[in-house]
Amino acid sequence: MFYYILRRVLYTIPIAIGVSLVVFALVHLAPGDPLSAVMGEVDQKMLAEMRASFGYDKPLPVQYIIWLGSALTGDMGYSLRTGAPVFGTLIDAAANTMIIGTAAALLGFIIGATFGMLAGYNHGAWLDKVVSSATIAGVSVPHYWLAILLVIVFSVQLGWMPAMGAGSAASILSWEAWKHMILPVIALAAIPCAIVARTARACVMEILSMEFVEALRARGLSERRILLHVARNALPTVLAVMGLQFAHLLGGSILVETVFTWPGTGYLLNLAIFDRDIPVLQGTILLLALFFVSINLVVDILQTWADPRISRG
Amino acid sequence: MNVEPRPLLNVRNLRKYFPVRSDRLMGPRLLVQAVDDVNFAIAEGETLGIVGESGCGKSTTARLLMHLIAPDAGEVWLGGKRLGGPDGLTLRQLRRSMQMVFQDSYASLNPRLSVQDSIAFSPRAHGVPAPQAIDKARELLALVGLDPDQFGRRYPHELSGGQRQRINVARALALEPKLVILDEAVSALDKSIEAQVLNLLMDLKRELRLTYLFISHDLNVVQYVSDHVLVMYLGKVVELGTVDDIYHRPRHPYTQALLASRPSMDPDVKIEQSPLAGDPPNPINPPSGCRFRTRCAFAEGVCEKVEPALTGIGRGHAVACHMRIPASGHTAGR
Amino acid sequence: MKPAGTDKIMLPFGADSGRPTAVEVPVGSVVQRTYWENVWRRVTRDPFTVACALVLMAIAAAALLAPWLGLPEPTLTDSARRLLPVGSPGHILGTDELGRDMLSRIIHGGRLSLMMGIVPVLIALMIGGSAGLIAGFVGGRVNMLIMRVTDVFYAFPSILLAVAIAGALGAGIGNALLAITIVFIPPITRVTESVTTQVRSMDFVEAARASGAGTLAIIRTHVLGNVLGPIFVYATVLISVSIVISAGLSFIGLGASPPAAEWGLMLNTLRESIFLAPLNAILPGFMIFITSMCFNLISDGLRSAMDVRL
Repeated sequence: MFYYILRRVLYTIPIAIGVSLVVFALVHLAPGDPLSAVMGEVDQKMLAEMRASFGYDKPLPVQYIIWLGSALTGDMGYSLRTGAPVFGTLIDAAANTMIIGTAAALLGFIIGATFGMLAGYNHGAWLDKVVSSATIAGVSVPHYWLAILLVIVFSVQLGWMPAMGAGSAASILSWEAWKHMILPVIALAAIPCAIVARTARACVMEILSMEFVEALRARGLSERRILLHVARNALPTVLAVMGLQFAHLLGGSILVETVFTWPGTGYLLNLAIFDRDIPVLQGTILLLALFFVSINLVVDILQTWADPRISRG
Repeated sequence: MNVEPRPLLNVRNLRKYFPVRSDRLMGPRLLVQAVDDVNFAIAEGETLGIVGESGCGKSTTARLLMHLIAPDAGEVWLGGKRLGGPDGLTLRQLRRSMQMVFQDSYASLNPRLSVQDSIAFSPRAHGVPAPQAIDKARELLALVGLDPDQFGRRYPHELSGGQRQRINVARALALEPKLVILDEAVSALDKSIEAQVLNLLMDLKRELRLTYLFISHDLNVVQYVSDHVLVMYLGKVVELGTVDDIYHRPRHPYTQALLASRPSMDPDVKIEQSPLAGDPPNPINPPSGCRFRTRCAFAEGVCEKVEPALTGIGRGHAVACHMRIPASGHTAGR
Repeated sequence: MKPAGTDKIMLPFGADSGRPTAVEVPVGSVVQRTYWENVWRRVTRDPFTVACALVLMAIAAAALLAPWLGLPEPTLTDSARRLLPVGSPGHILGTDELGRDMLSRIIHGGRLSLMMGIVPVLIALMIGGSAGLIAGFVGGRVNMLIMRVTDVFYAFPSILLAVAIAGALGAGIGNALLAITIVFIPPITRVTESVTTQVRSMDFVEAARASGAGTLAIIRTHVLGNVLGPIFVYATVLISVSIVISAGLSFIGLGASPPAAEWGLMLNTLRESIFLAPLNAILPGFMIFITSMCFNLISDGLRSAMDVRL
């Protein structure tokens, strides 16, 4: 067990290196020089000096090593557009994404797990049919479109919520801040909610078909107690799925953040792409990918720990 | 010597160690000694039974013979020709003359193919055109007692276990092999069906002049079908002899224990105490010397130090036990 | 020996004795069907799946035949007739922010949107499918190499990877197609590899090897038939994802570019008009949603049709 975890952690290292290589290579897929795109028509001598100062004149492997080395120490260079340090910008944006991502994950989990389990428990009943249809709709819905729908209904028609931005409230605990968060959170929660509900439903149905449930019934346990037993058995799987969905949420929030101009990593990435702001682009993708890798790792380890039946060798 | 028919299959020093990953990180590479230095021969037209507890290397031996797993060492001679030797047999030729029936009748048939297509696959793989291969498959179906018109186009799930195993036998015969390996071929069947399939196998053997290698953990069945019997323990041959020798004059304590642990046909005879206690030791680190010594009532110092060689003790009867080897150092061997 | 061509079944009450009795029944009369005939029968008898297939076929047919349907040019602007509401005479679905006919744009938009949803999955299916098949069947070091590379790409959330690649390459349909294809190769490789490894370890593949057949013959006859089904089901799910992601790329300006008709791009340009013509603004997204959902439902239908052990 301990060795499994150790091996799993060690295996993450080559993956992380691979990820950093891909991120570095991505930028160099683009035609032309990162600088010339931003600078436009400038005199060649100045461009060459700038290149040297950003290190773009060195061979690619050397650039990679330098970039990785400084990224590891928290130095990701400076934004070509604003001149601000990438690291600081990134941390602010990541905090904003974390807020709505975590809220969406919680919302999706609570609603998804509750309704999914109830649907599985009442297999075939009207509730099950409603939940099943809703999950199909939920996994198919383009979440950026859902975001627009929400804006139209709650901002444009009803005027309850602001349509964009994060507001200027000093504390995230104020209603002012919350108002800005509600719509993005709902839009982000749709897919994880549907996937969690689907997993919970399938899981509960599988557990209900096992013999130990029969044994519980035979012992005269009330249906409510049985549901409790079943829920406890289904929980590890559902939690694992939720963890992975959370990871996807953080990486996939770019479209929703764009709709709401929510100042998170996704919006930052969007800006960086169209400004061809290479240091920000590299930094954001690297951060999100490494985050994704770490969450996967944690989920995997927790799952092994929670379910001793999974023997991994 | 002139009465002895010439051996069809000759196996020399067959060995397979499986590497297993250590529990520890960077731990030593461990080896499971699945089959260790196995030698035997089967005469043409005979049946050799292989018995032993599960995990003793019976099935691995079968797979090594077919080269479904590559052996680490050893030679396989078939019909006087050596596999891979100069002007010997190619693997393709070997597999043509030697076929195998697996234990799990369902898993060993492709669920997406009708049974006649499954049977016809082997001839087609050897270049027989499709229509002839199908005709051949239908002949074989009739041969194993299934009406080709009713069963030919069926799928495995539409058949009973006994019928599926007949299909597997038909498939094994499709290449007209000389030798058929039956790896627990009837073990998964109900007793009544098992008897039917066994009788079919015996009929086929006589009609087609086949040679069988019959692997089973069921001592009664092996006694019923075999001419010679080989007893394996933890990858080693411990005793080899005619069916009469092994069942009536067993000389290895393991063989004796196996036979004694058989349920008696006579309900009044009760097994007082199973002489074979516990599970076989871990094949990763088998005991030194004689591998059976940890469960043997007669073990002595020599058994721990010296590995007993398979030694002839009579016509066609050989045993690997210090008690039967003269001057081995065992008190019973003097 | 049991007579061939009969099955023994237990009747709970025999005709003459009233006790459980075994009777022999002839079984040769059953109609024999192949596995795929059975799957086809089950799929076509599932009303949900059939309905979804019909909807998809209607959308695809309209998109394919769009130039010959007598619709107004999808790029024809009319500044006097901007943002006409849904149901206006002459413009059943209204007009967009430049006065272009919405119905025509939605039907024409299906061409790009469907193409960008389906083509990447098909290409990824060929590349990832072959890689997974090789990794699964050959095993060993080849498997190691292929699967470790796959793991690296798997370490990105799919939307992030698509946006990152398309963003690095620059806007354009070709780049978006390439980006989405790259995103889908790893999951297809992984699924194919795991199914192939499963099938390879089955006894019937071992039996086929024992017959002396060549590797290619074994793959063709015994592996492919058992691997294709699950992969095909998975591909239909991926198409539903691919349609959402590719439209999403256009939505943030990385796929199709104006004035082309494409659902994601339309959704983006109409975003400014949500105050004046909310219904028009929703329509393109609704098409993405419906198409994606139909592929999802078809996938579900296929899965349950194939799942049943014949």
